[in-house]
Amino acid sequence: MRLEGKGLVDRSRPVGFTFDGRSYMGFAGDTLASALLANGVRLVGRSFKYHRPRGVLTAGSEEPNALVEVLEGNQQTPNVRATVQELFDGLAARSQNRFPSLSFDLLGVNDLAAPFLSAGFYYKTFMWPRPFWERLYEPLIRRAAGLGRLSGRHDEAQYEKAWAFCDLLVVGSGSAGLMAALTAAQAGADVILAEEDARMGGRLLSDTGRIDGQPALDWAEAVLAELRGMPNVRLMTRTTVTGAYDDGTYGALERVGLHRAPAPHLPRECFWRIVAGQTVLAAGALERPLAFPDNDRPGIMLASAVRSYLHRYGVVPGSRVALVANNDAARATARDLMAAGVKVVGILDTRPDAGAVEDCPVYLNARITGTAGRLGLSSIRFRHAGGEATLEVDLLAVSGGWNPTVHLTCHMNGRPVWRDDIAAFVPAAGAVPRLTPAGACNGAFSTAACLREGHQAALAALAALGKAAPDMALPVADDTPYAITPFWETEGVEGRQWLDFANDVTTKDVKLSAQENFRSVEHMKRYTTQGMAPDQGKNSNVGALAVLADVTGRAIPETGTTTFRPPFVPTSIAAMGAGGRGAGFAPQRFMTSDQASRDRGAPMIEAGLWYRPSYFPKPGEKTWLDSCNREVRMVREAVGVADVSTLGKIDIQGKDAARFLDLVYTNTFSTLPVGRVRYGLMLREDGLVLDDGTTARLGDQHYLMTTTTAAAGLVMRHLDFVHQAFCAEWDVRFISVTETWAQFAVAGPKARELLGSLLGHVPDLPFMGVTDVSLGSVTGRLFRISFSGEEGYEIAVPTRHGEALFRDLVARAETMGGGPYGMEALNVLRIEKGFITHAEIHGRTNAFDIGMEKMVSAKKDCIGKAAAARPGMVGPERDQLVGLKALQPMTAGAHLFIPGDRVHRETDQGYVTSVCWSPTVEAHLALAFLKDGRARHGERIRVVDHLRKVDVVAEVTDPVFHDKEGAKLRA
Amino acid sequence: MPELIAKSALAGFAPLTRLDTTLAKGQTLRLTSVAPWPGRMAQVNDALGALGLSFPAPNTQSVAGSARLVWTGRDQAFLVGAEAPEGLAAHAALTDQSDGWAVLTLSGPAAADALMRPVPLDLRLAAFPPGRTARAPLNHMQAILTRTGTQAFEVMVFRSMARTAWQELAEALEVLAARAKAG
Repeated sequence: MRLEGKGLVDRSRPVGFTFDGRSYMGFAGDTLASALLANGVRLVGRSFKYHRPRGVLTAGSEEPNALVEVLEGNQQTPNVRATVQELFDGLAARSQNRFPSLSFDLLGVNDLAAPFLSAGFYYKTFMWPRPFWERLYEPLIRRAAGLGRLSGRHDEAQYEKAWAFCDLLVVGSGSAGLMAALTAAQAGADVILAEEDARMGGRLLSDTGRIDGQPALDWAEAVLAELRGMPNVRLMTRTTVTGAYDDGTYGALERVGLHRAPAPHLPRECFWRIVAGQTVLAAGALERPLAFPDNDRPGIMLASAVRSYLHRYGVVPGSRVALVANNDAARATARDLMAAGVKVVGILDTRPDAGAVEDCPVYLNARITGTAGRLGLSSIRFRHAGGEATLEVDLLAVSGGWNPTVHLTCHMNGRPVWRDDIAAFVPAAGAVPRLTPAGACNGAFSTAACLREGHQAALAALAALGKAAPDMALPVADDTPYAITPFWETEGVEGRQWLDFANDVTTKDVKLSAQENFRSVEHMKRYTTQGMAPDQGKNSNVGALAVLADVTGRAIPETGTTTFRPPFVPTSIAAMGAGGRGAGFAPQRFMTSDQASRDRGAPMIEAGLWYRPSYFPKPGEKTWLDSCNREVRMVREAVGVADVSTLGKIDIQGKDAARFLDLVYTNTFSTLPVGRVRYGLMLREDGLVLDDGTTARLGDQHYLMTTTTAAAGLVMRHLDFVHQAFCAEWDVRFISVTETWAQFAVAGPKARELLGSLLGHVPDLPFMGVTDVSLGSVTGRLFRISFSGEEGYEIAVPTRHGEALFRDLVARAETMGGGPYGMEALNVLRIEKGFITHAEIHGRTNAFDIGMEKMVSAKKDCIGKAAAARPGMVGPERDQLVGLKALQPMTAGAHLFIPGDRVHRETDQGYVTSVCWSPTVEAHLALAFLKDGRARHGERIRVVDHLRKVDVVAEVTDPVFHDKEGAKLRA
Repeated sequence: MPELIAKSALAGFAPLTRLDTTLAKGQTLRLTSVAPWPGRMAQVNDALGALGLSFPAPNTQSVAGSARLVWTGRDQAFLVGAEAPEGLAAHAALTDQSDGWAVLTLSGPAAADALMRPVPLDLRLAAFPPGRTARAPLNHMQAILTRTGTQAFEVMVFRSMARTAWQELAEALEVLAARAKAG
């Protein structure tokens, strides 16, 4: 019911929305919860386990009951708190965890079975037979329990991540936060004021106090107007600070587009990383419910929430109201309701000694013994100092006191401290470096105390920042002390008393946990699931541990709290991973030949971050293998062109460059003549192979190292480490030139002829030679190296000319009966030739294993040499590189067994690393590591891959299948 | 043989303007890495003096006319827009980097805000004033970020990643524009 003249919603802007398919109207400024309550909708959800009817409990982000699905296009967002979701035109929401409808839920039978479904029931009952848990029981239970559902589709909506920096971060914009922000802003500090709500003001929007003689809200608006006008202040509404991290860094979740219809590029949410010099935490406090029988019916609501709905939204969700409380502060709600003309039928105070003078009946020493109303509250029964009574009510406001919002102060292992006078936990001093709690989150509950603490916290922050305090007076406000007598549970009554509404945990469950010896608060939490729902126990933690303390005979501080962890509110993974979906996952690196390859229909495959052509299909070729076979034959018989620019290139210079290479490579480079290239092998410190590649000597003190594509960054890092750690004083400098040169392999019997036509003369270059070449006015480099086993060259030009050169080379090759070849053919060519890649040097093989132990120079030391000589690194027990030849396909990852042996890990003889169909040898070939393999050439071995159903017998051979003598390379 | 056509990494990318802030291709200038040999800083500075430059301290650049020397790492700076002066090669390793980098510029009132999406640095004017430079991550790419004016930045990334860098920054601008429009 909406009251005239009350609330801060904009009555000139009606807003239409739907809930469970029915249309309703609200106003701009409403939340979904306030609009539903204004429309008389009390039942909004079903509970997690027992499917109990539930209504709105709170007016904030801690809401445990009013969780709904918001529909948007073909997406649905589950577990949206109706108390947080702002109304906008066209908002479509739906209740969840009910079937077939909210008012008639078949799984409500769970509630009747409640005597059997107490905490731990599932663990005990569904333990046997064991395999049934995973396959049968758990899926069934999960289907019956649970909250909202995902759409099952990719979330293609826009999300955002951003950074912000400030001198002072103020978390929360109530009286303490506003005062802190104003104080720091006037001192000239860069201030970020983050507020979870859509509107700044905190409790000042919901309460009715006065500050400096004016209504508190007017004071807040004046402060906000001043802050808005200051260039050093950034006001961030709809932004919840979710976590405190190292070095003044905070995570924060901003709802950017969730309160309006979707628009192009408008993110739904933004995940902020805010780095602050100092922080004032002014996060306020959360009201606690009270435990009494059937305290979970729709229509039972926190007193502070009733007050929020009244003052902020002009909504009273009932016509006959009662209040039950254990403190003085909650009485304000009853008084405000009466002032607004709402019928308050009674105040039930659990304290025997509280004041009894109000404008309505007051029942002292009151104990609620039961409530009625299936889908919404209709009456309450209670005992009190004067006897027993029943009241017809449709709204019961509840207050069990307040819990300071200490969460952020506990994110770096701080534990909160119990204060008996307010029966609540407050932050420990210095729990988060450079963070000062102020106001209600620090246990200061009066407006005057909040203003004072906010001001003082800002002054302390300013002092730490080295800024002078501004000259300003502290506003005058109410300073009434807060009086409370703890009340944790109604004793001596029948019926379930709910603690955790979201996860359906009662006081009885907590007692059962203690009885079964789960007495630690952490164990109780896990046994009962209390505090493990979307609200993370914000409404129930203190109540539950108080019951646990009582039943275990300990004090509350001794019992302690469970661990508060980030995020403070449910945070979508989509926001934290904003931009990381699909192609946004990693940068894309494109070669200069990229467009030319795509133009030819080449499917591109990822090689690290690079995109490389897989093969170049021609008309009539039905599979990749058709194209691959043709490309292999083309290279073996004519000439092929491939872009190899992705290989890492490192320019190394200096008097000590040769010495440096001798240190990092197993073989010697100081003896390499200028104008020549040498293959090199690099080990890690542990003696296993790091990478291989060729290095050219361009000048006396100038080398160019080539790495594999996969290890380009790794090798650069390794060289940096070796240089800085072992030989920083040497005259050696190096830098990546991978991106500076585009480089193309030209391979095949006609390669020389092709290059002759391009360069105007046939290059007279020996195998493993390098020379500068001119292409018009462009100076390039020509290397005679081969990864295919044919006569091969690689020609490099400055990258800007790469595309032009690639297109030119391909055109020439095609004219000569050749053409471009892709990664598939490149792989077949190298397997035929027995050349290794990172499939073989995968981090667990050493030089001996790959048959290159002779490349580890005996004349000098190198990185990894000592470790490579450890026992067990050499010998017949090692898996050694071999070739395999078979009539049927083999698979990389298959394991090797002696024919006739049982296929078992204990009889494992090795494994396959690379496979191909060889059109040259006309057989299936593989490279593999076989125990003592080099001594076993000619043997037959069984190749088994259970995953891909491969079981074939292969012949063990030398890994080089093609041109063993290397005559073609040197032609 | 005929001349090979030269093509820039961002050929075909038209400038994008949102919120009076423009993302554009930067000029690809002569780029040479300068890495002084140990103990040779005085001689390096002598040689650089011919251009009016000196070797920059970390995160800064030295500017003289159209020539700049931008700090890019330990014992390393990039000489931009000028040939290496005579005699420098004797005291520092020089490597041509002209083709290795793509240059993007972002200028306008929303430039810093847009960059503070993918770049985790404090780019407030006081913390990162004009002339300041940093090796900074641009999401998952490593970049060389320089503030060229109160509202102007230059971003250099590996040439092969130019398109991703453009998309990241264009997206940041689009999002800011959509936020501004939504109010």
